[in-house]
Amino acid sequence: MSFVELWRRQLVAAGFVPLDAGQLDELLSGLAGRLRAGDSGEVVGAALVEAHLTDPAMLAATVEVIDDPRVAAQVAAGYAQAIRAATMADQEELNQAVLRALRASEARLRAVFDNAAIGIGVSAMDGRIVQVNQAFADLLGYTREQMCHLLVPGLTHPEDPRDMWRMYEGVINGDVDHVRMEKAYYRKDGGEIWTDLTVSLIRDDEGRPEFTIAMVQDITDRRRLKKRLEHQATHDPLTGLPNRTKIASDLVRIFRDNASVGVCYLDLDGFKRINDTLGHQVGDELLAAVAKRLERSTNHVAGRMGGDEFVVLVEDPADMRKLAGSLLRELSRPYVIRKHRLRISASIGVVESEVAATSPQELMKAADLTLYAAKSDGRGRFVMYDSERDARQAARYALAAEMPDALDRREFTLVYQPLVSLQDRELRGVEALVRWDHPRLGRIGPDAFIPLAEETGVILPLGRWVLEEACAQAAEWAKEFPGRRVAMSVNMTVSQAHDPGLLADVDGILLRTGWDPALLVLELTESAVMDPEGTASLHGLAERGIRIAIDDFGTGYSNLAYLRRLPVHVLKLAGPFVEGLREDGESDSVDERIVETIIRLAHAIGISVTAEAVETAPQEATLRRLGCDTGQGWLFSRPLSSSEVTELLVNSLSSSSADV
Amino acid sequence: MAEDWVPAGVDVSRPSAARVYDYFLGGAHNFAVDRQLAEQIEAMTPNIAETMRSNRVFLRRAVRFLVARGVRQFLDIGSGIPTAGNVHEIALEAAADSKIVYVDVDPVAVEHSRAILAGTPNTAVILADARDVERILAEAGKLLDFDEPVAVLLAGVVHFIPDADDPAATVKALRDAVPPGSWLLISHATADGQPAEVIEAQRLSGRTATEITLRPAAEIEAYFDGFELAEPGLVFIPLWRPDPQEPTDEHPERVGAYAGVGKKK
Repeated sequence: MSFVELWRRQLVAAGFVPLDAGQLDELLSGLAGRLRAGDSGEVVGAALVEAHLTDPAMLAATVEVIDDPRVAAQVAAGYAQAIRAATMADQEELNQAVLRALRASEARLRAVFDNAAIGIGVSAMDGRIVQVNQAFADLLGYTREQMCHLLVPGLTHPEDPRDMWRMYEGVINGDVDHVRMEKAYYRKDGGEIWTDLTVSLIRDDEGRPEFTIAMVQDITDRRRLKKRLEHQATHDPLTGLPNRTKIASDLVRIFRDNASVGVCYLDLDGFKRINDTLGHQVGDELLAAVAKRLERSTNHVAGRMGGDEFVVLVEDPADMRKLAGSLLRELSRPYVIRKHRLRISASIGVVESEVAATSPQELMKAADLTLYAAKSDGRGRFVMYDSERDARQAARYALAAEMPDALDRREFTLVYQPLVSLQDRELRGVEALVRWDHPRLGRIGPDAFIPLAEETGVILPLGRWVLEEACAQAAEWAKEFPGRRVAMSVNMTVSQAHDPGLLADVDGILLRTGWDPALLVLELTESAVMDPEGTASLHGLAERGIRIAIDDFGTGYSNLAYLRRLPVHVLKLAGPFVEGLREDGESDSVDERIVETIIRLAHAIGISVTAEAVETAPQEATLRRLGCDTGQGWLFSRPLSSSEVTELLVNSLSSSSADV
Repeated sequence: MAEDWVPAGVDVSRPSAARVYDYFLGGAHNFAVDRQLAEQIEAMTPNIAETMRSNRVFLRRAVRFLVARGVRQFLDIGSGIPTAGNVHEIALEAAADSKIVYVDVDPVAVEHSRAILAGTPNTAVILADARDVERILAEAGKLLDFDEPVAVLLAGVVHFIPDADDPAATVKALRDAVPPGSWLLISHATADGQPAEVIEAQRLSGRTATEITLRPAAEIEAYFDGFELAEPGLVFIPLWRPDPQEPTDEHPERVGAYAGVGKKK
């Protein structure tokens, strides 16, 4: 085997040769030739390294195939020198590469820093600003150099978040690594900008705070827009006053910051009439004028709750009466709206309370209830909150709220008060009267709940139930006592009379119960009958053969003229007239003359008359003498249960059959 | 990728795959951290140096093979620190009109490559992650003509892409970017044919070093979807067209890596 062949085999066996076989052969043949020519072994050693045969095993394999120890030593020395040089060159190259990479990386970071759209600033732990980018400098209107003469704690603004500097201290002390807030800055030119600021803490290798980086973004425009949107969301566009939402949040603030609080809850009297007669534009302008007066006449928070309702909130009030009085005076001065000179009064509910004793919700509810009291006391006045009245009112509302469920649970029942002929006391009809068997309060009369039902609208389902129940009962009696014509009277309120579904409901009920409309009497108050909105219904009912009675005639706005125009069949004389009637001998009382006139007048136009609340025999005698047709009252019978009426009918049947 | 604009960090306090590779190939372009990691890996997988070297030798053989088949454009992704017998040396030696683009994610390797290639026409170096195909293609397109065949070299790279990052999609994107007649080269670490303790050791190495995903032959072969594998197909690295003058490797599976070269249909 040749020297070159042997050498090559040793090298390949020793380890990694980054040359292919041909290249290696070529290299080794050349080197062997140089050795033979007497060149120093050092050249050969260096050449091996140059050919990347850098594994020390390559040197060992080479030394092994060279017989002459002197030459072998030269090769080893040359190899070692060359590998040292190559290693240093590689390391130098590597370091250069690292430096270039770092420079490139830094240059990119520098470009990012310099050209960033957001402001970036670096400050030392003592608050000195070390470096800022152009965006930050532009934001505050300084040059970058000028910025570096500023101190972070000098960049205060009155609107800084309360705990901002505490937060900054937290970063400086290394307690927190980031804080973010909205912060305003003064620009060099005195202007003001708002920013979204993030301050981050940078720590050294040991974790000690080293410097901070602040990043700021200009949010001035965004903030302005946000403010505007907030204003829109919390203010009434018509009057510019705080709206219900804002009032609610102001109230929460007042509860938080004050010991006591006062509210004037006010509402314009008869505002709807102005809207209806002069138009919504005038109405709107009037509301705006009222708002302006409210604002001018008080330093307190005034707001519009909606419609024509306003509030004034008072922190730690001194004299709410004085305030309410002055508001009333101020608002009642005439307004000039377009060509109209308007006067309008207001009603005010006034509440004053320790904040500890109530809540914002309760306070507003109390104010609302008190306003309601001022309205029902006659308008154009203020009423101070009264806890007892409030309790009563609250109880009424509670009752009203229970009514729909009570209807479902069938807690209402009917009783029937007989109406008798004053000629012979024969039973002519019954008036159905509703009672509420309240599970907690016991039996409640209609006076306690019908007005509530009327306010809340429950009257409509309740009224339908009463009518259907009464007709069904009447039909049952008619079946059991054929030949007895007993009329059924049922009361009807204003809103029932106005209900567009009334006629359809009545038709349905008559159909289902089979009750004869000619024996149905619907009793309405004078005001319900006179209301033009109900006229069509009255005619519709009359066309079906139903008779209309005017209940409590004489207690209201007794306009006799309408009796001719409207389909009225019966007048029911109110109790006070009947009460005024005395013995036969002293029949010259005023009441008697009134009653006599009414009866004569009614009869003249074909209307029959029923006297209510007949309690004594002399009253009965007088009424009979004056020609009154029927009577109703304790003298004849108290209201009876349905079974008692059945009994009465049975008895009258046997007595009449006895007559036969 | 989202961090496209962010310069890759230069952090010489952490080992880099490119510098570890350089160490295994006998270079001195590495730092103590790189050598420390290399020694750890070597202790656990004694064949690793051999694997790296045979990978290097395979690359040289394969480039010669490609040049001989008329390929004049090379896209070497995961090129590392250039050492003896680089792709550009081999390709330019064979055909002076060859064009070579190196891609690596290590900024130091890239700077090093730039220094070596300074003044060499028709070469370029790109700093990019192998997964960022879009960026690689955009940059490489400045030198390479993607209407002409290109050899895409993925030597010892795909096993650095975890399954979660869908390596097949990366390969497919590269395939779709080159015209028919182009070539794909892959060498990839595997557990096939490895003794259990080696597999365990490699699993452990995954915890300390850059994570390597070992894949079976079928999975690697699937990356060649759309390519026709040149003889002898996907084989253990030493078996891929070995130099007839070199002694035959008795245990080619010991390198624990497959290699294959395919031509796009």
